[in-house]
Amino acid sequence: MRPAAVLAVADVRVSYGGADVLDVAALEVRAHEVLGVIGPNGSGKSTLLRVLGLLEAPARGEVRWRGRAVRAADALEARRRMATVFQEPLLADMTVAANVALGLAFHGVGGDEREARVARWLARLNVAPLRDRRARTLSGGQAQRVALARALVLEPEVLLLDEPFAGLDQPAREALIPDLAAILREHRVTTVLVTHDRGEAQALADRVAVLIGGRVRQLDATADVFHAPASEEVARFVGVETIVSGRVVAREAGVTLVDVAGRRLELAAEVPAGARVRLGIRPEDVTLARPGDAAPASSARNRFAGAVARVTPSSPSVRVLVDCGFPLVAAVTPRSVADLGLAPGAPVVATFKASAVHLIAADVWLDTVARPGV
Amino acid sequence: MDLLWSGLRQAFALVTGGDPEVWAILRLSLQVSGSATLIALGLGIPAGAALALARFPGRALVVSLVNTGMGLPPVVVGLFVTLFLWRSGPLGGWEILYTPAAIVLAQAVIAAPIVTGITLAAVQQVPEKFRLQLLALGASRAQMVRVTLREARLPMLAAVMAGFGGVISEIGASLMVGGNIKGQTRTLTTAMVLETGKGNFEVAIALSLLLLALVFLVNWALTAIQQRRAG
Repeated sequence: MRPAAVLAVADVRVSYGGADVLDVAALEVRAHEVLGVIGPNGSGKSTLLRVLGLLEAPARGEVRWRGRAVRAADALEARRRMATVFQEPLLADMTVAANVALGLAFHGVGGDEREARVARWLARLNVAPLRDRRARTLSGGQAQRVALARALVLEPEVLLLDEPFAGLDQPAREALIPDLAAILREHRVTTVLVTHDRGEAQALADRVAVLIGGRVRQLDATADVFHAPASEEVARFVGVETIVSGRVVAREAGVTLVDVAGRRLELAAEVPAGARVRLGIRPEDVTLARPGDAAPASSARNRFAGAVARVTPSSPSVRVLVDCGFPLVAAVTPRSVADLGLAPGAPVVATFKASAVHLIAADVWLDTVARPGV
Repeated sequence: MDLLWSGLRQAFALVTGGDPEVWAILRLSLQVSGSATLIALGLGIPAGAALALARFPGRALVVSLVNTGMGLPPVVVGLFVTLFLWRSGPLGGWEILYTPAAIVLAQAVIAAPIVTGITLAAVQQVPEKFRLQLLALGASRAQMVRVTLREARLPMLAAVMAGFGGVISEIGASLMVGGNIKGQTRTLTTAMVLETGKGNFEVAIALSLLLLALVFLVNWALTAIQQRRAG
């Protein structure tokens, strides 16, 4: 049985100055899941979150709370079942404890219960010693922990997070993400996480919606979105950097042979011969070696000799563009760049598994194409 | 220079000696301008907050009018309040012209736009996202406005300072609607004009020192609160 939707939008459209920034036919947030919403800047992610949180009324369409459309008269009550944390902590100029108590006061929770809940959630976010500090004296990481405590103390039925880690420095981020992941797992809080960071979505989300140009381009289990992107746009956004066209030549011994610019690529997906296909390969799935070195013991079926065309440093790995008849991007460690002497013009052998080649599109009916893992 | 020095000496004698007339004038000025400021706060804070938070057609015009009102010439206010309170005027039935109540009314009219304008600016400098955050924590609209005003409380102290400072120092309206009646509507500023005209410089200087000290004390106290909270 499909889990029940707690919160959903139907036929929602938001326009600013005549331009649609959000146009979502349907999106459901299921009980106890973490739904990631990813997409490039300006894709409508934050607008979607504000609509879900009943903080912005869409020009058209409706927001549904447990299956029933939310009307203006009961918007406050529905709003009080949720809590949002934004990128900026937006703490009030009062003590940490008073900030965390703020929402409880709005909800009419007072006295000992308020004290106890504030203390519990300050401790849970590891900021209990800061309780009497003035909020504006906190560091960015501390402030965001207080902002999360202030939302979680409400024990919301849906937690909405709008880029909650984007304003933090690397150490604060790396400390906060596992802490939050543990809380979400333990309390099974239904959560919508908006982020432009694919790593955050992979670390926290059960399902991921890819929003591009205000529309949901794909909504699937997290692994599927990253490993079986539904379109080229999604593929590019989720980090598939090599995208090539080819024609299926044959299907033999459990693999599909594809001609790409005169080279033979092996693909795990089943596609009938003659079909034109678009294929994607993630840079971290490509291994580079020197031409003379013994082939590593691996099941990699695709092995191409080529030359380094460009080396681009990018945190945390280095992107190496290899020309092997078609352009292929590999992600390697800075150390490998030195060890393998990777510089423009250097000869190199690139290998990747047949299962690392993702079928993005084919000009045959999709139901004749079996995609592994879907 | 002799005039100034002897004036200053006599002024100190008047102030420290507790001259009953000087102290009565001081008390009246404080009562009148204090009441006017309180009325202006009561009207100006809700109006400024509403203007900062509401969106309606013609809002820009209203904001411009408020900003113009912050610089209302007291003498113009005095003229119109006099016309309103005149026996045959719309508020003539109140029969308060040439009483302290008339000065309170005129000074409240002067101070209200100042308080409104400063409140408007103070509430607007609280980021819109902060207000959204309050709503996202379950605030009703009234709860959101209350916490937003609390957040703007430090810049809003400037409204108290500017409102009180403006009316305690004005003369045009007090003179016109109060009439500078000895023992009844004589304030620090109207008395100063009268005594200067009569050549009683030592009394005028004494009154001016009192006025300066008063304005300083009020601003010093409010600034101390503001800076302590902001620190």
